[in-house]
Amino acid sequence: MSRNIMRHVYGWLLLTPAAILLIAFTHYPTVATVIDSLFSKGSAIRPSRFVGLANYAMLVDDPIFWKVLTNNAWFALGTIPTSILLAIAMALLVNRAIPGRSLVRMAYFTPTILPMIAVANIWLFFYTPDIGLIDQAAGWFGFDGHNWLGDPATVLPAIIVMTIWKEAGFFMIFYLAALQNVPPELEEAARLEGSTRWYYFRRVLFPLLMPTTLFVMINAVLNSFKLVDHLFVLTKGGPDNASNLLLYYIFESAFSYFDTNYAATLTVILLGLLAVMALMQFYVLDKRVHYR
Amino acid sequence: MNSLRSSFSNLPNALETVAAWFLALFWIAPLVYAFWAAFHPSQYAVHFDIFAPLTLDNLREALSRAPFLRYAFNTFILVTTILFAQLVLCTLAAYAFARYRFFGSNIAFALVLVQLMITPEILIVENYGTLARFDLIDTILGIGLPYMASAFGIFLLRQAFKSTPKELEEAARLEGCGVFGVLWRVYVPLARPTYIAYALVSVSHHWNNFLWPLVVTNSVETRPLTVGLGIFGAPESGVDWSIISAATLMSVAPLLIAFLLFQKQFVQSFMHAGIK
Amino acid sequence: MLNKLKILFLTVAVTIGLVTAPMAGAETELNMYYPVAVGGPLTKIVDSMVADFMKENPDIKVNAIYAGNYNDARIKAFAALQSGKPAQLSVMFSIDIYELIEQDAIIAFDDVVETPEEKAWLNSFYPTLMENGRTAGKTWGIPFQRSTIVMYYNKDAFKAAGLDPDQPPATWQELVAAGQKLTKDDGSQWGVMIPSTGYPYWMFGALTMQNGQVLMNDAGNETYFDSPAVIEALQFWLDLGTKHKIMPAGTIEWGTLRQNFLEGKTAIMWHSTGNLTIVKEKAAFDFGVAMLPASKRRGTPTGGGNFYIFKKTSAAERKAAMRLIKFMTSPERSAEWSMKTGYMGISPAAYETSKLKAYVKDFPYAAVARDQLKYATAELSTYQTGRIRKALDDAIQAALTGAKSPEDALKEAQSLSERLLRPYQ
Repeated sequence: MSRNIMRHVYGWLLLTPAAILLIAFTHYPTVATVIDSLFSKGSAIRPSRFVGLANYAMLVDDPIFWKVLTNNAWFALGTIPTSILLAIAMALLVNRAIPGRSLVRMAYFTPTILPMIAVANIWLFFYTPDIGLIDQAAGWFGFDGHNWLGDPATVLPAIIVMTIWKEAGFFMIFYLAALQNVPPELEEAARLEGSTRWYYFRRVLFPLLMPTTLFVMINAVLNSFKLVDHLFVLTKGGPDNASNLLLYYIFESAFSYFDTNYAATLTVILLGLLAVMALMQFYVLDKRVHYR
Repeated sequence: MNSLRSSFSNLPNALETVAAWFLALFWIAPLVYAFWAAFHPSQYAVHFDIFAPLTLDNLREALSRAPFLRYAFNTFILVTTILFAQLVLCTLAAYAFARYRFFGSNIAFALVLVQLMITPEILIVENYGTLARFDLIDTILGIGLPYMASAFGIFLLRQAFKSTPKELEEAARLEGCGVFGVLWRVYVPLARPTYIAYALVSVSHHWNNFLWPLVVTNSVETRPLTVGLGIFGAPESGVDWSIISAATLMSVAPLLIAFLLFQKQFVQSFMHAGIK
Repeated sequence: MLNKLKILFLTVAVTIGLVTAPMAGAETELNMYYPVAVGGPLTKIVDSMVADFMKENPDIKVNAIYAGNYNDARIKAFAALQSGKPAQLSVMFSIDIYELIEQDAIIAFDDVVETPEEKAWLNSFYPTLMENGRTAGKTWGIPFQRSTIVMYYNKDAFKAAGLDPDQPPATWQELVAAGQKLTKDDGSQWGVMIPSTGYPYWMFGALTMQNGQVLMNDAGNETYFDSPAVIEALQFWLDLGTKHKIMPAGTIEWGTLRQNFLEGKTAIMWHSTGNLTIVKEKAAFDFGVAMLPASKRRGTPTGGGNFYIFKKTSAAERKAAMRLIKFMTSPERSAEWSMKTGYMGISPAAYETSKLKAYVKDFPYAAVARDQLKYATAELSTYQTGRIRKALDDAIQAALTGAKSPEDALKEAQSLSERLLRPYQ
């Protein structure tokens, strides 16, 4: 009898240190953020007061909020499918016994090891108009340069390219691991049946890689919301919010405008989006995944 | 590794090799450029003359403008502290989840997994407020605290512990080991690959973390490399590519060198972590 | 085993804590944040000035902490205020004044000065520079790294284009005419570049002043973004790129502008005088500096950072802070700072020092910013300044990238500003 009780006691005791930190920095702040979003911005001369959904009304009326949301959507749509496809391609290439394989793998994976802020510094120079590398290279081929980061139409694509550069190698690793778990008999069987490589990839390999794809997609979606480091160096969200992202807007609202309550409101939206993404990925995609 | 593999063609065709190499060169080009700009005087930042003189001046100038060595030291202390705490806390929690069926453990585990999605940066405003309340702003401990209980770590270690054969635990208990004895003698050693994998992932992640340390640190004594690089390149002061490249390289050097030396382990770690 | 682990963990934690804890001293210790927004090894210069101060004042220890740009410095200073390691004073954007007052973070210098000599010291600076530091009849900020926008131009390029290198454009029309001669068809050289990232509202403040209109009132609770003169000014800025084609269309990056000028990509650039020394050092061509051209009149906003003393300070700390501020803004130090950076001397006395007098004689461009002061006006500063500045920045960028017409963009910014400022009127 006491054995049973000890089991519960031990379980909770072992969990407690981690639990304290998790509650303090994940669960409690989530609740506090929701509460904060219901109060107005306070200052020394006008203290904060309960305003119900007023902040949310302000949010709906805020054109910057909608712009930021659209940007996040484009950013995710631009980076995720492309990096995943590139990652699969890279994994397939590296999985073959090509000469210099480990060097090639290193080349693909190295950008992942760099912090985003360093990546942004390097790519800032690529995108600088006229004297930047891309414009210079364009000049050699006779093309006109362009203000990549200063043109609202090209700034998001430019950032997307840079992000794909950083992320594809990271996803490649997971696909590599999955590929190496594929039994060679499958390939041999397909070959014996006379199917083409493309058919083999489409009908056998790709479905087998679904669990990895699910994992990678979750990671990628999360990253697309968290990754704002580069904005500090590249555009600060400009021009005219063309590259602004939700988390950066939250940071600005809290630390530049001292409006922590509006920042909390924005955070609630972010939390909601993350929750929806998580549910969507688990329920919808789960059905289409082939587990062996 | 693939000795049994009889694929569609044993040798990859020339097209594949060329494609792989072309992509690889394209992929590594930005980093190569950073090296070029860092080690050549500023006039050559834009002009690619093979015989341009090499120089260490940019590194020297960057070092004199900002204490990158101190930043490196801070980062080192930061990742080590975080890793150490994570190893302890996650081991205990994973052990609880893996071997103890205690009341509410399922709900607790689900709540733990929430942190996989809702990482501390997302709740940046509130977490900053919490740190301020406990006077932990501008301390290395403050940077690390939200990350020390890592849901990812708990998840990985729980998997590892779960796959440990029960007989070993029983044998240890027969020898008179208590709760922690079993943990230390049986579970931890067997989970070594997981620990190593997790350690590499954790160190890389926290070495490169930017937003949270930016907000928490104010002074040189606590600032890590990423934040130091971020404000060094603050565009207002006008960019000098060679110096910024030098500073960038200095910031990524420690992790990059470690990666180049231990490439295989890094790749294996990320793979291992991903499979789970 | 676990006990050993616990002890080890505690030891590590305590060591970390000690390593990161501040050291107490018997002297007065001052923490000061400061930003850098122009090129050059400014952190080294500040450090050496602070070191000199500490040598002369061994009973005061100063920690001068570089914080990034103006935005970063404000964030850091505020963060420090809320933590256990507060700052006692800081150099921050001159236009942060209303925000700082609203957060009840700073004290007025009138409440700190005691002797009649000190009171006189408050009036020893250029009045135009004091505009951004004064409100409600009190002085809240003392000038330190102050500037105006000046026009840098490439004399060699002028000569090559057949223009008189000693007669830089003095009016908007002359600017367009000169720009058209200077802009090369192959795009290798533009006539003029006015940056529209970083601090676009600042550049815009110059254009509007030149067109005879200020952007806000003295009390900081009214803005005039949609007045006809302001819309005209934005249209002129837009026309430079789209109609007269002497400037690249779209936005122009603040951070790479100096490099563009030094590489000869543009023959004229509008930039802070704070870049003067580094341009002087790095220019491989003959260059000149002139006041900005006039439309209805000449005009420029002042810019830069002021010293502020925080409220959460003891009397001893305030006295020490006063000594530091008086040292850093003394005529000799101001002269030294001006020569090493290009920021202006902040008081007439600074320009009377022998060092600066000789320097100006030898390099007259160092006096352009000072001479332009008589046409200068305060930089855009209001309550809710962060949001309102951003609204104006967004409007400028929207117009320059063609997303909205200047009139629409500015009207939108004005209506947002009115909504934000209503509670303060």
